[in-house]
Amino acid sequence: MKNKLTKILVFGLFLFIFFIFFLALNSNKRYNTENLIGEKITDFQLYSLVNEKILSSKNLRKNNYTLINFWASWCAPCKIEHKYLLKLNENKNIKIFGINHKDKKDNAIKFLKDLGNPYDYLAKNNDGKISIKFGVYGIPESILINKKLEIIKKFIGPINDNDYKEIIRIINYK
Amino acid sequence: MKKITLILICLFFFSTKINSDENLIKKIEIYKNLRCLVCQGQSIADSNSDFAQTIKLVIEDQIKEGKSEKEIYKFLISKYGDWVVFKPLFNKTNFLLWFLPYLFLILGAMTIFFLIKKRNNKDN
Repeated sequence: MKNKLTKILVFGLFLFIFFIFFLALNSNKRYNTENLIGEKITDFQLYSLVNEKILSSKNLRKNNYTLINFWASWCAPCKIEHKYLLKLNENKNIKIFGINHKDKKDNAIKFLKDLGNPYDYLAKNNDGKISIKFGVYGIPESILINKKLEIIKKFIGPINDNDYKEIIRIINYK
Repeated sequence: MKKITLILICLFFFSTKINSDENLIKKIEIYKNLRCLVCQGQSIADSNSDFAQTIKLVIEDQIKEGKSEKEIYKFLISKYGDWVVFKPLFNKTNFLLWFLPYLFLILGAMTIFFLIKKRNNKDN
């Protein structure tokens, strides 16, 4: 009887350790943004890059969809995604809100003059603090939100062809 | 009167000094417990990355606003998930992580206690 109990205990312990390892090894330890989907974006107020106007989350409520794009002139991958932002800007169902991250105004303006300006709104974020409130950890990052300011999708890194097609599919879906 | 004013000024000076020291300790504790998401196994305290620098500024602001350590962690977890903290907050998904070591400690102590008791009984 005692021997049987010991066997059950050892087997139970083995099963328990196996279960813990199974859970731990299958969990995703890399940063992902799934927990942000469906969440409302933080209220914010930022100065425009080009004038002294204040841009806030209220500005985005009138758009069906808004793509909030964190970019900087010093960021090489931002140049790669720029052509997709320009293409998106042609679509009337979406507005692009550019947040210029830790950049010099002259460099940012030159960047847009050289490559074209895809942004309907352009704000500056000199100290970068607002990026933390958006859950951003690198540049470039883009957040697609709807009219209710809920996050639909977050794109980490430069927007590529697949991302562009996905955004078009989402904003054209009725 | 002059003496009292002098004492009050000294008290005010020392109280603000103590407060700023407490904030500094709190800040460093928080930095140490936060994972730098763009670095390899470094904490925010160890890292000089752009992400770490920015997150430090936000934490400094939140401490100035009077937010507690727990409130700051909650805010960052809501943005970056549980993965951002080295020491996760207690919740329903990780309660085993917190309780199991104590449970094993108690079970181990009980096992040792009964083994010793059994051996003593045999000796007697």
